[in-house]
Amino acid sequence: MSAELGQLALCLALALALVQAVTGFVGGAQQDLRLQAMSRGATLGVFVFTALSFVALTYAFIVSDFSVLLVGQHSHTAKPLLYKISGVWANHEGSMLLWVLILTIYSAAIAMTQAGGERLNARALGVQGLVAIAFFLFVLLTSNPFWRVVLPPFEGNGLNPLLQDPGLAFHPPLLYFGYVGLSATFAFAVAALIEARNDALWVRAVRPFALVAWTTLTLGIAAGSWWAYYTLGWGGFWFWDPVENASLMPWLVATALIHSMMATERSGAFKSWTLLLALAAFSFSLIGTFLVRSGVLNSVHSFANDPERGLFILLILGLAVGLPLLLFALRAPGMTPGAPFEPASRETGILANNLLLTVAAATTLFGTLYPLFLDALQGVKISVGPPYFVITFIPLMVILGILMPFGPMVTWRKANLRASVWSLRWAAAAGLVAALVAAALFRPVSVLGLLAAGLGIWLVGGSITDLFRRAGHVKYFRTLSVSAWAVALAHAGLGVVALGVSGATVWRSEAVQVLAPGESMDIAGYTLRFEGSARMPGPNYMADRAQITLLKDENQIATIYPEKRQFIADGTVTTNSSIRTNGISDLYVVLGDPRDNGAWVISAYYSPMAPFIWIGAGIMALGGLCGLAVRVRRARAASAVSPAPTTVPASAEGVVT
Amino acid sequence: MSPKKQRRLAFAVALLLAGACGAALVVFALRDNVLFFYSPTDLVETPAPPGQSIRIGGLVETGSLVREEGLAVRFIVTDGQNSIPVRYSGVLPDLFREGQGVIALGARDGGGTFEASEVLAKHDEKYMPPEVADALKRSGHWEEGAPAPGSL
Repeated sequence: MSAELGQLALCLALALALVQAVTGFVGGAQQDLRLQAMSRGATLGVFVFTALSFVALTYAFIVSDFSVLLVGQHSHTAKPLLYKISGVWANHEGSMLLWVLILTIYSAAIAMTQAGGERLNARALGVQGLVAIAFFLFVLLTSNPFWRVVLPPFEGNGLNPLLQDPGLAFHPPLLYFGYVGLSATFAFAVAALIEARNDALWVRAVRPFALVAWTTLTLGIAAGSWWAYYTLGWGGFWFWDPVENASLMPWLVATALIHSMMATERSGAFKSWTLLLALAAFSFSLIGTFLVRSGVLNSVHSFANDPERGLFILLILGLAVGLPLLLFALRAPGMTPGAPFEPASRETGILANNLLLTVAAATTLFGTLYPLFLDALQGVKISVGPPYFVITFIPLMVILGILMPFGPMVTWRKANLRASVWSLRWAAAAGLVAALVAAALFRPVSVLGLLAAGLGIWLVGGSITDLFRRAGHVKYFRTLSVSAWAVALAHAGLGVVALGVSGATVWRSEAVQVLAPGESMDIAGYTLRFEGSARMPGPNYMADRAQITLLKDENQIATIYPEKRQFIADGTVTTNSSIRTNGISDLYVVLGDPRDNGAWVISAYYSPMAPFIWIGAGIMALGGLCGLAVRVRRARAASAVSPAPTTVPASAEGVVT
Repeated sequence: MSPKKQRRLAFAVALLLAGACGAALVVFALRDNVLFFYSPTDLVETPAPPGQSIRIGGLVETGSLVREEGLAVRFIVTDGQNSIPVRYSGVLPDLFREGQGVIALGARDGGGTFEASEVLAKHDEKYMPPEVADALKRSGHWEEGAPAPGSL
């Protein structure tokens, strides 16, 4: 029954989304408060029915209802409950259902908060409704998760063992909260275009949503990279894989967007640019969805090759990019220009930030799509390797890193640049010292590595300087505003990431050797003694498990057990590396291929500062949360001061919802 | 020029400059970092110059895997029509099997052996890299009814 209920709920959600869109647009155009309230009600209904549909699918996975095709293909009775649930979105159909569910969550949040006032809000709901309709149709017509089979199998196919992992269970939902959250900024931008206003009202309304999207996107990317780090077995954390780029590009544009929104709201600068950027950010989300979901790329993420799906998403993408751009072109002549600012001002800093980030997104997009275009147009098969992305990305990020600490230090409109430069002297000195220390400590001496280490400390130092400047003294740190912390944490977090990246790439040392039982090898001051290996059965796999004693200065410090697992159901082999971390550096040991006489190829990697990558991402996300807290508090305070801008809607609302 | 126009001009110039820098970076980075794909038959028909980095792909010929001293391994990559011997020093990926699809990055040495610097055999045993599937189809050794490329 649950599958039919899910299907029915999804159809009802589609019908209600139509109501949401029509009443939203008409209610906004005619300033009809009852229609607007009806749109809000419909929006909540869409959310409730989509959630019901998702619950129905989850239930089918939990009870292993193999008469549902999707469950039979992707689940197994022996799977732990967590992976039965995460199995819901570990496949194309289910993950698209999660996509629309999150879209409706954002719509519901827009409706409940009534951000932007009744009129703008209604139109934003209209746009959200249209996006929802497109994706409901996509799910129902091309990716229906509720198909039944006539003869249900006794047992399901199971889930790709690589995906049975706690890190991966939470990576897609986080990433989708980020991707889809950009639909909210898109919806408000389009609503503002329809109303022919490019003032700061829509920006103020949508900033909390943009911050939620940015924070979750940050966490989602970090979770994905962490998973790759510990499961793929060679200590890499970022591969410039098209699927990774698909999440990085929206992040870059979203980062640019939250900065330009700040400028538009605070000083009135970049009004039209912010509108365009909001449209671009969601386009990048859709491009990401297209790349990952259409099957044009072959990777763990593309679950099936179905040209129909790709075309459908391309159609949505074309409409979502084309129509708003057309509207923008129509509205552009009447737009008021942004407020003026001096060359030395925070606006200039934000302009630099925006240019660097959008160019980085564009070059990444080019490198990702170039092989696809060349293949489609000329049938030439090429691949653009990681060096391309390193060469295009790193210079932009270095300039960005050098400029970042100045941003929060300079004032809006007109700033005393000399004073800001001077107050950052300690941070600059700390950065230089860090580079020198790194040059003394680590080999090889690499310019890029020293630059990254220096910049990392420069960013952290810059944030601390900013906090000091605002507080005046350490003892007043407690009195600092949450927004000061938001900026400082987000910027310092990136510095910490830079440190981690330098350690995990430039100064990573590596040792690969064939070891017979009793033999040992050295890496970064540690000695690994291979004691032998044994075959051990797991619940649904056979494992080769090595025992390795870890010694430092002749003292035994630990025993580690890296494994290689072969899954019985489908023969898939996975590597379970042993990562020994002290929070500052990682020793990463992998069991390779078996050789004669019980010998094994054993690889070991030592990455100083590698954990900083994820610690830094966490700090950045914390910054995002602080920023969100500020917005939420301000919104509360504003609604407490002025109880409802007009008094009529309160009663009108009561009638309809 | 009014200050309004001046500002618009400055903004446009900044945008153009940034775009130009981006384009320059792209061209510079693409020059040396595009890897062309060759099937064994492509290599016979239009051999890539020795030393040039390329990607090759095909099936690992059954029975061809030889483990040598230390970490070195040798195997043969075939598309059914032609084949090329590959030498690689390092840990083979988990899903490397004889008879399965594989992609190798590296360059040909003077003697016709492919010196691989990286060997990729991702995903599960049903997976076939799209280039490999395409190469097999072209050489006429793609079995109809075999799992579709990229199916998981």
